Amino acid sequence: MVLIETKNLTYTYPGGTKPSIRDVSIKIDKGEFTLITGPSGCGKTTLCRCFNGLIPHFYQGELKGEISVAGLNVIEHPIYELAKHVGLVFQNPENQLFALSVEKDVAFGLENLGVPREEMRERVDWALNLTGIYDLRERAPHELSGGQQQRVAIASVLAMQPEVIVLDEPTSFLDPLSAKKIFEVIHELNRKLGVTVVLVEHRLDLTARYADHIIIMDEGKIVLDGEPREILHSEEARLIGVGIPKATRLYQMLEKDGMKLGKAIPLSSDELATLLKEALKA
Amino acid sequence: MIEVEDVYFTYPNGVEALKGVSLTIRNGEFVAIMGQNGAGKTTLVKHFNGLLKPNKGKVLVDAVETTKVSVATLSRNVGFVFQNPDHQLFSETVEQEIAFALRNFGFKENIIKRRVTWALNLLGLAQYRKTSPFMLSGGERKRVALASVLAWNPKILILDEPTIGQDYQQKEKLRQFILQMKAQRKTTLIVTHDVEFVAECNPRVMLMQDGKIVADGEAIRVLTDPEVLTQASIVPPQVSQIFLQLSELETPKNVIDIYEAREILLNILEKKSNERF
Repeated sequence: MVLIETKNLTYTYPGGTKPSIRDVSIKIDKGEFTLITGPSGCGKTTLCRCFNGLIPHFYQGELKGEISVAGLNVIEHPIYELAKHVGLVFQNPENQLFALSVEKDVAFGLENLGVPREEMRERVDWALNLTGIYDLRERAPHELSGGQQQRVAIASVLAMQPEVIVLDEPTSFLDPLSAKKIFEVIHELNRKLGVTVVLVEHRLDLTARYADHIIIMDEGKIVLDGEPREILHSEEARLIGVGIPKATRLYQMLEKDGMKLGKAIPLSSDELATLLKEALKA
Repeated sequence: MIEVEDVYFTYPNGVEALKGVSLTIRNGEFVAIMGQNGAGKTTLVKHFNGLLKPNKGKVLVDAVETTKVSVATLSRNVGFVFQNPDHQLFSETVEQEIAFALRNFGFKENIIKRRVTWALNLLGLAQYRKTSPFMLSGGERKRVALASVLAWNPKILILDEPTIGQDYQQKEKLRQFILQMKAQRKTTLIVTHDVEFVAECNPRVMLMQDGKIVADGEAIRVLTDPEVLTQASIVPPQVSQIFLQLSELETPKNVIDIYEAREILLNILEKKSNERF
């Protein structure tokens, strides 16, 4: 079942001279883990802002084409209605946090949805624990480090338990091990609870292994859209200059030099190490 | 040259961020400071331009103690680009943003004009000269912040997480620029979580953990030492991860470069196929 669909979506910011996204037509299925990537300034963040209605309801500008999310026409439904279905974690956590304590920030969305008090307590604690910030619950968000703020932003969206979670470079301020833990939590929510995930990332080394679907953008347009292993192995992906995982790149180089590693294209170091052990065993 | 002698620093809220740090960074060095969130990396580098002053110990920049001069004076030689560009950008256009510090430092208008154009071109921002920084994407804003510091040509450059939001090509340009700094005997310090970027540059790596420096050496040594990496909770670069798993093939362990990895693996393949005959 298609959960997010756009048809020829084109958007220009107020005062912008050219569209930030152009003729974007994509389909994202329910339960999929989709990775959106592409060079800096290619329109990834702009596309995410369309998924929860920030465009066109908050950002003015000119939107053309069609977009529906969870069966709702985004152009006709206000943000608060879309927010019941789509949670967005912003690139910069400071743009998202405002309450006096971490706990209040995480509870804010639930209060607005009118969730009963007991359930609210449970969901807030669940989200704080999942993101590893339970001990910070009494602290003021603005006093926290960039990495801690990102965890708060993620927790506040997880607590809403939306059908779709859209994350725009959600771990850029986190150290790799903490980032890995967060991605594993998101991956688990996707696998176990069937939450649809849309993740914007440059660091494919860390994230490609989780994706069932990858979309590559360049200059506002969709240039590649499909199965991650196939796409990241393609010559086109390399030429656009997306950061293909080192394991995939090394696999390509070795195959080209005549090493037989099999048809299964690796996306992570573990996968390539297994192939190498097999190919080079005595 | 930066000299740090047994520095301790505690924030007003009681958090002990530095617990006895000593180091020397010579002119022309390229250093990456790595470690978990909260290890003290940003606190340490804020001592280098005098934004923070030690509670105990000394920080000397070009033989001058940072407590004896103002941040404004230090800034002329020490350029600092913050982790979050929104903490640093405020002008109406990208051009004005880059020219701002140059005006403050009293550069002549014709030089300002030339420097601004140079910085815009270097960071691929020429098309946004008249655009508001706040209209740009996160990655582009980060580059504007970088351009505004590079424009005044500081001798020491401190970049807090410079690769956030940058695509592969932008990172490669940054790497080339840092190499150029090095050739001019200028010092670049980056605070970063980006192990892949560090693996590609092979700088001197200082690993911090709980307010102390726990390892200091070439990236190729530090990022391939499983014991040190576990202690500082660092995920090794992918190439290193692969080689750490291939011990049964008697491969060397300290490999971080993809081209070197290819050579080694092809050699093993050749040896194995020769053995079969």
